[in-house]
Amino acid sequence: MGKVIVVTSGKGGVGKTTSTAALGAALAQRGDKVVVVDFDVGLRNLDLVMGAERRVVYDLVNVIQGDAKLPQALIRDKRLENLFLLPASQTRDKDALTAEGVERVMGDLKKYFDWIICDSPAGIERGATLAMRHADMAVVVTNPEVSSVRDSDRIIGLLDSKTLKAENGERMEKHLLLTRYDVNRAERGDMLKVDDVLEILSIPLLGIIPESMDVLRASNIGAPVTLADAKSLPAQAYFDASRRLAGEALPVTIPGEKRGIFGKFFGRKAA
Amino acid sequence: MTKVLTDARSIRIKGRSFLAVVLSPDMPLDHWLARLDDLAARSAGFFLDRPVVLDVSDLQIDKVVLKELLEQLAERNVRIMGVEGARPSMLGPGMPPAMKGGKAASDFEVPEKPVVEPEAEATEVEASEAEVGDARSNLPVVAEVRPVTQSLVISEPVRSGQSVMFPEGDVTIVGSVSSGAEVIAGGSVHIYGALRGRVMAGSLGNASARIFCRKLEAELVAIDGIYKMAEDMDPELRGQAVQLWLENDVIMAETLN
Ligand SMILES: Nc1ncnc2c1ncn2[C@@H]1O[C@H](COP(=O)(O)OP(=O)(O)O)[C@@H](O)[C@H]1O
Ligand SMILES: [Mg+2]
Repeated sequence: MGKVIVVTSGKGGVGKTTSTAALGAALAQRGDKVVVVDFDVGLRNLDLVMGAERRVVYDLVNVIQGDAKLPQALIRDKRLENLFLLPASQTRDKDALTAEGVERVMGDLKKYFDWIICDSPAGIERGATLAMRHADMAVVVTNPEVSSVRDSDRIIGLLDSKTLKAENGERMEKHLLLTRYDVNRAERGDMLKVDDVLEILSIPLLGIIPESMDVLRASNIGAPVTLADAKSLPAQAYFDASRRLAGEALPVTIPGEKRGIFGKFFGRKAA
Repeated sequence: MTKVLTDARSIRIKGRSFLAVVLSPDMPLDHWLARLDDLAARSAGFFLDRPVVLDVSDLQIDKVVLKELLEQLAERNVRIMGVEGARPSMLGPGMPPAMKGGKAASDFEVPEKPVVEPEAEATEVEASEAEVGDARSNLPVVAEVRPVTQSLVISEPVRSGQSVMFPEGDVTIVGSVSSGAEVIAGGSVHIYGALRGRVMAGSLGNASARIFCRKLEAELVAIDGIYKMAEDMDPELRGQAVQLWLENDVIMAETLN
């Protein structure tokens, strides 16, 4: 059975879609069978970042409403044969997603894929809670600034109360992905420090992704950054994060700091 | 067609106690309203979704003034569910009902079903699950009232948007209270972590309740209804392990150790 990961944040524009695509591709580049699922009904982006926008015929809502079979809606990546996209609907509103429908689709996807990575919409409303509902594990995407950290804190509260895991009395595994980490701003001291973010959120660190033009360049050519430029710093950081997701104990380094070994944070017990 | 039998079930009427916030205005009312606005401005949303009772026992006002006061409160999104201490002539149709018999939780009668005291550990788990309020709706869950002083132990962080309400006694949190989270206790509050949100201790009228935390970065602290906002606090105390208590209606604070 595959593992369902929700990529979530509360706040918009922090890098959820970018991270869903990059982590999904990175896991597929390891040889795993991966599907990335866009839950952002009405504001879909994942198809663009994956470079599949012209190949969307059916979407998640069509599958839930029975207008299409799951295999009809899945789009195979042109570069990696074991990477798939399940797009969101751009025309329906988010009420078209039902809890039962999502549960059925997730159950089916788990039979065929090793990883099901769900790109959550921003906010704490229905779309976001449905995206997290069936997850086994959450990647909480946070930028090193106060409002993003607070929204992530709020989302962690929801992960611990509104998910099936939580309702069954189990613990949802949560990992912090600190994105858009700006080395120059960090040097000037006008960003929250990594330790401060970790102290406030108290969940283990999955990785730190540097702010980089490479991310924009990748999305402009419609490719996850790990495929567009595997040597780039953000791609390297996403590769490392994907290895940690898969269970490797790899120390986390702060971009721009040679000495900063943050192994102790990753080793921490999941909160 | 056969005749529909009268439904043999009777209508069930149950009693239930809820914790309400009580506002006791004083004269002159416009000054009091200004202070209320000040509190609301600095602690946005405090009265939203909360049952509020207006206590007018100490006010020499008539129906016209009371109506006006209720309108003023409604304009501020403070919805009054009942009025305590009003003479009958002060209330009328279209106004909240009169309320009486409000008591502090410690005065509550023993609940009708016998309380089998579970093992300490079981109580904790059960309580912490019940007390961490539904984070989405922000509706706090009020604990069942028990006859003896209770304590609630929560062994995880209280996250932004969550509300812990425990009128029966002390609350201990092994973890931090986030910015945007709140803890309301009838007794003292102990936080083995950073306090970044709001804490109200002694909320049912217990001036001897205290607040303890390992790292003070609170948005608001209150004891027995006397509150202090972040900007009113001594900057020296920020980030320190601190205890707070009440002395002559003034919140005092000192660092621990
Ligand atoms: N590490 C990064 N460096 C530079 N730009 C980034 C980075 N991560 C994301 N972005 C940019 O930020 C914007 C928002 O990212 P996106 O992944 O769409 O966020 P979300 O899905 O959380 O709304 C996009 O323009 C994206 O290219
Ligand atoms: Mg997005």
